[in-house]
Amino acid sequence: MIDCDLSVAAPPVSALRDHLDAYWRDSVTERGLRSLEPSYEPPAGVPRRPEPEPGTTLAVVRPVSAIEALHAEDLAAALAGALNDWVRVEWLDRDPRLRGSITVAPQSPERAVSEIERVAGDHRFVQVLLPVRGEHLLGRRLLWPVHDACARHGLAVAVRPGGNVGNAITPVGWPSHLVEDLASQGQAYQSQVASLVLEGALDRHPDLRVVLVGSGVTWLPALTWRLDKNWKGVRREVPWVDRPPSESLRRGVRMTVRPFDAPPEAFVEVLAHLGSERMLLYAGGDGPVPAVDYDENARQTYARLRD
Amino acid sequence: MATLIATGLVDCDVHNHPASDARLRPYLPERWRRHLERFGARTRHGLAQGFPYPKATPGAARVDAWPPGGGPPGSSLSFLREQLLDPLGVSFAVLNCLHAGSSQLDPELGAAVCRAVNDWQAAEWLELEPRLRASIVLPYDDGPLSAAEIDRVRGTAGAAGFVQALMLVRTVEPAGRRRYWPIYEACERHGLPLGIHFGGYGGHPISSSGWPSFYLEDHTGMAMAFQAQLVSLVLEGVFERFPGLRVVCIEGGVAWLPALAWRLDRLYDELRDEVPELLRRPSEYLREHVWMTTQPVDEPERPEHLLQVFERIGRDRLLFATDYPHWDYDDPVRAFPTPLPAGLRERVYAGNALALYGLPERPAP
Repeated sequence: MIDCDLSVAAPPVSALRDHLDAYWRDSVTERGLRSLEPSYEPPAGVPRRPEPEPGTTLAVVRPVSAIEALHAEDLAAALAGALNDWVRVEWLDRDPRLRGSITVAPQSPERAVSEIERVAGDHRFVQVLLPVRGEHLLGRRLLWPVHDACARHGLAVAVRPGGNVGNAITPVGWPSHLVEDLASQGQAYQSQVASLVLEGALDRHPDLRVVLVGSGVTWLPALTWRLDKNWKGVRREVPWVDRPPSESLRRGVRMTVRPFDAPPEAFVEVLAHLGSERMLLYAGGDGPVPAVDYDENARQTYARLRD
Repeated sequence: MATLIATGLVDCDVHNHPASDARLRPYLPERWRRHLERFGARTRHGLAQGFPYPKATPGAARVDAWPPGGGPPGSSLSFLREQLLDPLGVSFAVLNCLHAGSSQLDPELGAAVCRAVNDWQAAEWLELEPRLRASIVLPYDDGPLSAAEIDRVRGTAGAAGFVQALMLVRTVEPAGRRRYWPIYEACERHGLPLGIHFGGYGGHPISSSGWPSFYLEDHTGMAMAFQAQLVSLVLEGVFERFPGLRVVCIEGGVAWLPALAWRLDRLYDELRDEVPELLRRPSEYLREHVWMTTQPVDEPERPEHLLQVFERIGRDRLLFATDYPHWDYDDPVRAFPTPLPAGLRERVYAGNALALYGLPERPAP
């Protein structure tokens, strides 16, 4: 089985020292920057040394860091680079079943592209991580160079949980509890999907795949129906979207299957509403998930798994 | 409409609008009249006229809804009769006035404008047309001022015409937070459902990644704002605290609710210790306390999927609405991708609304 989401806590910054140049090594020490642990996960909620489930043939490692929380793009880009080198040395070099995710500093599309160019030669990296909460929606034109770089190198765009907390997680302000925050991430993913399709980013690169990681699955059909309906009514506003959004979505968007959100009794109904079993990628974890051909879906999603 | 449903239709979302600001002036105290002339209406977006996301059409209205005698869509009672109430066989229509009173930055001004709008609704709509009912518009980001307005309206001679209190979905804070509790208390006290309608300007971008480019995204994103409000109402324990509260999501679409309930249940099972005041799973509160108007009705490629969603939400929780006079108006027959089966049809087009709002089967002559 190909596990498309093996999440790994980013190490303490001290463990990245060997991958930083002298200036940044001094800087993080001098300024006491010790950790990239996000505030939007429960404390120590992400494992440091997860083992792939038995029977795993390939697993995509996803380092979990709040790289986007640092406001200085030079600092963030340096740490993103160090994190990628750490993934290569500490994970990919040690276990041939593992594949990597490229962390980039979303603060600067230009820096993000440079980092993709730097790392993409290593074909064990299969995707580029962007947070579901960014300063800008992912379909916006200023982020197209990042999409272009991914398409150029056969990398998927992976939209992962968490991210910039400058804007409230909801359209109505800041909720009180972590559980509300996690519930609202479903809406954050919905906004990204709408942006990607309506700005034309999905159709710009018909072979580009966008993987929604840990997004939940069951919210997608209702969004798709609403987008198709609204597109029918207001498509003059986005004349480059020349087909129903559902078509572009089914072609371009993939989702890891955990959390699925719906209980097993609703699996059949949700899959029918989704309209495509091709969109689901396996992710390790507890509890039942729908039975689909996950390995084939993973190979169709990640160009680099077909090499 | 006789073929659709034997009794008349109940339309749970119709928009009336003052023909001009001057029409509200008689209902405003001199102080606030002068204030508006001198300082204008100030909201959380930058345009004095119009909208940061220009709508699909002028005023977001159907192109045929401009009254022949002049004035904006929704401003003429006689044209409303002619275009909506008579041809559709409407027995009751609930007016949700979206005049900007509720979005004012100055809460005292907002409260004054809302009082004026409510008195105007009573005098110029409810008294003149027995098929009409109205929502009490509120300066909803201020809980105490809003509760006072509900109490005031319920003490007036025209109180019976008001069947609901109204917020817009884009609030300043999530609806479960304490600042809104006086509204829920007042709704319970008066046995009024709380309507939460599409729209508003709370100041937060509609996405957690900032402002999207298009009206299409703003309109689609409104469904996410509704989801955020239900998340907050449930997880802040509002339905434990106000067990009599009934919430109507108006113009939020419907198909997203089952998925949201699943997500909340999963998270609750995992993290319930964080919200110990909840005694039941989130889906149970949603099933008991939430109603939804059908417009804009979702259009799955396979129509039976819509009926499956309806069954999950609950046959007794769906309310038909046209959203007249807006461009995304739902026609009672043509809007649904499949005819509603007998049994469900009577409930959606009339029965559920009559029960929720405590209305008789027909208006008094």
